[in-house]
Amino acid sequence: MNFEKFMKGGLAAVMAMSLAACSGSGNASSSTNTTTTTTTTTESGSTGTDTTASTAAAGGKFKLGGSGPLSGGAAVYGNAVKNAAQLAVDEINAKGGAVQFEFNMQDDEHDAEKAVNAYNALKDWGMQVSLCTVTSSPGAAVAPLYKEDSTFAITPSGSSLAVVFEDSDNMTGAYGNIFQMCFTDPNQGVASADYLSSHKDLGSKVAVIYKNDDNYSTGIYNKFVAEAAEKGLEVVYTGTFAGEDNDFNVQLTQAQSAGADILFLPIYYQPASTILKQANDMGYKVSVFGVDGMDGILSMEGFDTKLAEGVYLLTPFSADASDDLTKNFVANYQSKYGEVPNQFAADAYDAVYAIAQALEAAGMTSDKSNADICSALVGQFTSMTFNGLTGSDVTWNANGEVSKAPKAVVIQNGVYVGVEG
Amino acid sequence: MKKIKSFFRALFDRKVRSRTISFLIVILGYIVVEILLKSGNLSSMFQSLLVPVTCYMVAALGLNLNVGVSGELNLGQAGFMSLGAFMGVCVSGALAPVVSNTLLRLLLAIVCGALIASVFGFLIGVPVLKLQGDYLAIVTLAFGEIIKSLINNLYIGFDANGFQFSFVENKLKLAPGGKALINGPMGATGTQRIATFTVGIILVLAALIVIYNIMYSRSGRAIQACRDNRIAAESVGIHVANTKMLAFVISAALAGAAGALYGLNYSTLVPAKFDFNLSILILVYVVLGGLGNMTGTIISTIILVLLPELLRGLQDYRMLIYAIVLILMMILSNNAKVREFAESMKQKLTSRKREEAANE
Repeated sequence: MNFEKFMKGGLAAVMAMSLAACSGSGNASSSTNTTTTTTTTTESGSTGTDTTASTAAAGGKFKLGGSGPLSGGAAVYGNAVKNAAQLAVDEINAKGGAVQFEFNMQDDEHDAEKAVNAYNALKDWGMQVSLCTVTSSPGAAVAPLYKEDSTFAITPSGSSLAVVFEDSDNMTGAYGNIFQMCFTDPNQGVASADYLSSHKDLGSKVAVIYKNDDNYSTGIYNKFVAEAAEKGLEVVYTGTFAGEDNDFNVQLTQAQSAGADILFLPIYYQPASTILKQANDMGYKVSVFGVDGMDGILSMEGFDTKLAEGVYLLTPFSADASDDLTKNFVANYQSKYGEVPNQFAADAYDAVYAIAQALEAAGMTSDKSNADICSALVGQFTSMTFNGLTGSDVTWNANGEVSKAPKAVVIQNGVYVGVEG
Repeated sequence: MKKIKSFFRALFDRKVRSRTISFLIVILGYIVVEILLKSGNLSSMFQSLLVPVTCYMVAALGLNLNVGVSGELNLGQAGFMSLGAFMGVCVSGALAPVVSNTLLRLLLAIVCGALIASVFGFLIGVPVLKLQGDYLAIVTLAFGEIIKSLINNLYIGFDANGFQFSFVENKLKLAPGGKALINGPMGATGTQRIATFTVGIILVLAALIVIYNIMYSRSGRAIQACRDNRIAAESVGIHVANTKMLAFVISAALAGAAGALYGLNYSTLVPAKFDFNLSILILVYVVLGGLGNMTGTIISTIILVLLPELLRGLQDYRMLIYAIVLILMMILSNNAKVREFAESMKQKLTSRKREEAANE
């Protein structure tokens, strides 16, 4: 009995802690979410609806679904996508064109199991087109389900090959109805190696620090190393870290003693900011090269942007760009959600507009079946050219992979400045 | 007629009543779900929950044998599930060209998953179960984390020439048509989804048979004796370490089997899924259902797996409400006043029944 009491007490404490952790990470998002109008989902969020109802959309609106981590550690990405997609949907609906959307974003907690549940909840809701998932491994889990049910999906940021290919090792068996708005991880690795090998003035001895329990990071790293070997780029040091590690002094010291003069960081901006700080503290002068995960470092709270001076990164989107499209998007996003949008938001915004453009071009109406909508959209996507926030003249191949030029930018005086590719 | 009556009476005999109820719940649940499925009345969301529920149930039942019956805290059940899951995925992937029957492949994968988990369970148990105190909790906690890191750095490929392994860095050179079975942090991708609800239910029933046969046998009573009073058990000649080992290895094997079924239910599986949180979640199923109470474990697993999905309508408040409901359930099920009330209700009901019987 005593043992039982001890166990129950202990577990209650653990649960209370995890609750606190949840609310901690969810805070940033929920405070911004209060302004979102999520009326679209509450009215028909019930799970018992008949699956055959998928063709009968309410009021001629296309039912646009999607899932992403709205709670937990990766919530910042899911909420960025949710907010930006909602913004795009509201804009499109306000214009009052032929294509109108009803948007429903479900939480998948960045977990394959929950993503499958979220997919089925959306299927019960009657989803007709989808933003697939925000992150990669949930995307790989639901991709075969989209294929089975012939529902069209485009993922804003699920960058792994496994999202679009059934056999990602041989790059065969493309699903065909899953498209990507973002670069695939391997493409980023290749592009980074190409850029560095053609810009030897930045440095010639490369050190890499990557997160070896993260498929985004390892995906880029593996391709980068292979490409670097082909292009004659010398990689003198490779360091890894995992989980929430926040001490990189060992890796940095070893990189320094290996004589590296350029540091390639295929990681997200949070650990990258720590690396920049620690490199600065130990007086290690090195040029830093990042990928699209580095985007967001300038708007990070408590980070001294001076440390990011001279950092190069390949990113499809920069919030400081001066074209009208970006300016409007950033202004609207900021006024609605109170923060500067990152590349996840931009990709989601583009994905919704791309779907709208394709639907309009195909002359689809929302009373068509999912399979009809899907085949029409696949036809459009493989033939159309799209201009958006994250690139102009964007095209897709039949595998669903996007083709757009990665832009290299360098941080100067706290803003992105484009550099000639 | 009398024979049948006495047979049923024996089934609901006080000693084995809980056993009969466990089996009844599982079998009735299966029948109801199958009827709903066949008549097309089950929403897609519930359909997608069927297999994971059985997986968690098997893992939780195994854990209950270890934590409830044997009294040893295990904080690494997810680690054993992980071993079983990746083993199952590898076995299924490698056998795919040879064994075309998916059911046979699934069963082989489950057996292999259970085997590897029980081998690791045995290796851990040998030194640790000889010690007294909370050492098993500490070691299994570490074990779960170690397994997660190991699989995060493990690359296993399979092509026409056989298996290839590499560690930390991906050095696989697969022939065309080859397949990376485990691809480091990307885990397993493109897995053929062959798990079925029926196999899941069979696994739950198998777990129940194994657990109850142990609990109501000589070794089961020995296990309970070791839990209640180690010194007294030793004094009557029970080998405590070996006895606890039995419960621990079976617990690990069940987790491995559950993992294999889980892994083959999704087209992708990442090592990070099987983290400390999952271990705690399974422990929550066990504790909420009642230590040593298998029926309770089954019910609490069903409720707690369904709950977050049923709360989807609440949008942003989903996880908040889920946590609050969970804490309330913990507090209420352990509250003396609530228990007293439930007990008095039970007595009232039974006394009314008796009165009715007397009146007749």
